[in-house]
Amino acid sequence: MTTTGPDVRGRFGEYGGRFAPETLMPALEQLEQAFTDAWADPAFHGELDELLSGFVGRPTPLYEASRLSDALGVRLILKREDLAHTGAHKINNTVGQALLAGRMGKTRIIAETGAGQHGVATATACALFGTECAVYMGAKDVERQALNVYRMELLGAEVIPVTSGAATLKDAVSEAMRDWVGTVENTHYIIGSVVGPHPFPLIVRQFQKVIGEELSRQLAAHEELPDTPDIIVACVGGGSNAMGIFHPWLDSGVELVGVEAAGHGLTSGAHGASLVAGSPGVLHGSRTYMLQDEEGQVVEAHSVSAGLDYPGVGPEHAYLRDSGKVRYEAVTDDEALAAFDLMSRTEGIIPALEPAHALAWIDREKESLAGKTVVLNLSGRGDKDVQQIAAIRAATT
Amino acid sequence: MTGLAAALGRAQKTGSTLLLPYLTAGLPSADASLALFEAMSAAGADGFEIGIPYTDPLMDGPVIQRAGLEALNAGMTLDGGFALSKRVVTSTAKPAILMTYVNPVLRMGLSAFCDRAAAAGVDAVIFVDVPVDEAEPFSEAARASGVGLVLFASPTITDARLEAVIAAEPTFIYGIADLGVTGERSTASTHVGHLSSRVRSLSDIPLVLGVGISGPEQAAAAAPHADGIIVGTAVVRRVLEAANVDEAGRATAQLIEEIRAAIDG
Ligand SMILES: Cc1ncc(COP(=O)(O)O)c(C=O)c1O
Repeated sequence: MTTTGPDVRGRFGEYGGRFAPETLMPALEQLEQAFTDAWADPAFHGELDELLSGFVGRPTPLYEASRLSDALGVRLILKREDLAHTGAHKINNTVGQALLAGRMGKTRIIAETGAGQHGVATATACALFGTECAVYMGAKDVERQALNVYRMELLGAEVIPVTSGAATLKDAVSEAMRDWVGTVENTHYIIGSVVGPHPFPLIVRQFQKVIGEELSRQLAAHEELPDTPDIIVACVGGGSNAMGIFHPWLDSGVELVGVEAAGHGLTSGAHGASLVAGSPGVLHGSRTYMLQDEEGQVVEAHSVSAGLDYPGVGPEHAYLRDSGKVRYEAVTDDEALAAFDLMSRTEGIIPALEPAHALAWIDREKESLAGKTVVLNLSGRGDKDVQQIAAIRAATT
Repeated sequence: MTGLAAALGRAQKTGSTLLLPYLTAGLPSADASLALFEAMSAAGADGFEIGIPYTDPLMDGPVIQRAGLEALNAGMTLDGGFALSKRVVTSTAKPAILMTYVNPVLRMGLSAFCDRAAAAGVDAVIFVDVPVDEAEPFSEAARASGVGLVLFASPTITDARLEAVIAAEPTFIYGIADLGVTGERSTASTHVGHLSSRVRSLSDIPLVLGVGISGPEQAAAAAPHADGIIVGTAVVRRVLEAANVDEAGRATAQLIEEIRAAIDG
């Protein structure tokens, strides 16, 4: 298999596929066809590119973080997805899929959200196109991320709290899929990461790989920076920002590192590290690494960062893990919180807690990385996390 | 031929309709669910769909979701599901179909799962999230173990997909009577007639309708179009709402009697 997979059955090696109830299968086939047509259509790319530049603010800057570089002893370059409209990379996917939904004649869009970033990005794209929008969100996350709930409502979306199961992101995905089972005829489901049944992992990756493509162009155009970095590092929740920056670099020889959430520690039973500490299974329609017990029941994830608090991961990452093309690591809540402070104070950029995990890994490895050029995908800004950090600090002092 | 295939064959020949209630294994406990299957058997059920509880049941509405979590919390496991199936089949002398989502099956190992199901006396297995596209290894493993595999046809199924389902020779086709997840509906589905005639124009594989058949009225509307009907949420809700197992037994038996009368009438 080439690194441009998946194959015709939606497989990345033995991962991926389409483990979905029959009711959804015709919609998945229709979506695959519509995406293939759109992706081959210059008019679609014309519209998309215009939106990406005018509405989303692409290309996002590439920025050499000098003070952080000095502090860490590496040459640290940030890909500034935090400066994309709505404050994270999620908008790349939602604008693309909303455009696609319009081509398919769907009049309603649904999404799930954990931290609320994907929900806000979906609500934003729906407002842009005037499409009805409903966002499923775990009841616990509705509480943790009140600011983003309000943003979605301002944008005209309906936020539906999910109380089933553990009332977090995995249950929000399940509930969105249940909605879709009954509404497929007029509704499109914009999934928030490179997860789910085929063709979702493919579609989301294609809409996100603009990150890695811009990185190549920007490095090539920049006089002081090398054309090729030594390492590219990204956090991995479902894996969309990581797939987006990694994909164009898979065959480049550059070392690629994906950083998962180790939560309270990999042996604590409270983490989100499906690739590092999970096992293969089927979650939300695709075969991939996941957190499960001996009986094959899904185990709830934990991370201080709501965007990494998911017990599965995209199937392409599962394939890249097994083939050794990408290295996967995990950092704890505490390490991520320390990195959050480090970037805020040293560079004047408050990062989202998700990419703070990627920075935490660089900090942990700084001796072995000394002198190397490291690109960090700064997938989002930290405004959404400020309240939560304040609460954590108040509770521990 | 298994008891289920024979019963479906008789239903096809005589134009009658099998009544196959669903209940989550271990709701509210293993012993209690055995008692409930026995009560439904006495009330006129022809066989049973036994559901292995799962944490993330994508095809199920709130009632069966809640039942699954309660059964898991009460300690139901795959082993427990096989043991219960065996007791149900032995005690009622009626066929059982084991329903589950795919991840627990893969965790146990596909062949091991099918062998265990066969040893428990189960006639067929349903893997809710294995569509025909992914079904080949599942169908082979089931055949090797001597259990049947059930595949779905929904109102939205394309002709090409329906042909693939038929070509896979399932024990029966589970016709999804209504779009959406499992749950009760206030009116009879408008899809069943069309779905049934599409299936029957292409094949004589038995057709069993389920999803959204919640009472005598919907059952009576669906029965002429099917060789069997599955009633799930309506049964499970009565069990969840009952104050104790006796009351649950009476309520489910009454429902089964009413539906029996409606489809035979
Ligand atoms: C800023 C940010 N980064 C990363 C993630 C994790 O998602 P993914 O792994 O798909 O990029 C999220 C999810 O909400 C996010 O908001």
